Amino acid sequence: MSDAIDYSSLKKGGFMRQKQKGYFSLRLAVVGGNLTAENIKTIAEVAEKYGHGYVHMTSRQGVEIPFIEFSDIEEVRGKLAEGGVKPGVCGPRVRTVTACQGSAICPSGCIDSYELAKEFDERYFGRELPHKFKFGVTGCMNNCLKSEENDLGVKGGYIIDYKPETCISCGVCIKACREGALKMEDGKVVIDKSKCNNCGRCVKSCPVDAWDYTPGYIVSFGGLFGNQIYKGEQIVPIIKDKETLFRVADATIDFFDKNAKPGERFRHTLQRVGEEEFRKQIQKAYEGV
Amino acid sequence: MSDIAFDEEVDITDKVCPLTFVKAKVTLDELEEGQILAIRMNDGEPVQNVPRSIKDEGHQILKLKDNEDGTYTLYVKKIGD
Repeated sequence: MSDAIDYSSLKKGGFMRQKQKGYFSLRLAVVGGNLTAENIKTIAEVAEKYGHGYVHMTSRQGVEIPFIEFSDIEEVRGKLAEGGVKPGVCGPRVRTVTACQGSAICPSGCIDSYELAKEFDERYFGRELPHKFKFGVTGCMNNCLKSEENDLGVKGGYIIDYKPETCISCGVCIKACREGALKMEDGKVVIDKSKCNNCGRCVKSCPVDAWDYTPGYIVSFGGLFGNQIYKGEQIVPIIKDKETLFRVADATIDFFDKNAKPGERFRHTLQRVGEEEFRKQIQKAYEGV
Repeated sequence: MSDIAFDEEVDITDKVCPLTFVKAKVTLDELEEGQILAIRMNDGEPVQNVPRSIKDEGHQILKLKDNEDGTYTLYVKKIGD
């Protein structure tokens, strides 16, 4: 038996080695930035008893409890589990799935971001990969959750359809649209689909619901926001259903898993192997063929 | 197009967000159900957002008129007390 500390296994369990010898900052599992009151009470108790009485809120909606001693790790795990708190992950795997409050709470939301974050979390969280992989979900074009900085980012939008028979020609949507995609001609709204960015502001501002709309998912791939910065790119049109969304996400993760070198972020894999094959596979997943 | 007859008017061109909406809402609160308020607002951010906020409060938007002087007038029928 060796007393050597297995750092990589601790990282997998969310324990980040601190610069202070023998101490770890314990990262907790948080999905879409939500914790229950019970979770928070438990975290507070653990921080007081085993840490230094404070927590750190991470840049990706996580919570870490710094100054956990190595010898307390098992006890801390047990205490947290009693309050329904699970350890998070560090290292080369699928990380915390971030989300805004989405359409369940926010008037601007076009999709239920939190619900989708939970589904991504159940499907992918902790999955072993050549390097870290980040998912983020934002509910609308306001982009509070910064979709494009993630390896796979999802942004909610509306696919719109105008109902001239219901329209009262009030003109509110024309001004609500920030893309200049709408104009009034003979008392009816004319849409320039090439300018529409699916923000849904026309739908949300319309006083008489003269729009049919389908919530959709705008997916961006290969974002980075660390040592290098790269804006994730949209390579397929807005996706209308979750089945297609998950097919596309599966294809993305599989491509990364198969093609990335250890320690290589997704964007760098795409740059090294070329995007053409990836685009082909995503197109296939998008079309479901 | 002829203007809509209204019961009260308020000018919010002297306010910035969120006081634009607050000033309009305070005026609406003083009206009786069914009365019509004309709200004069600036182009840009107010006209992009105030109509939607009024709608979200449950009132009925009748018309947005371009005054062609950089301002718009929104006609709103008060719904509820």
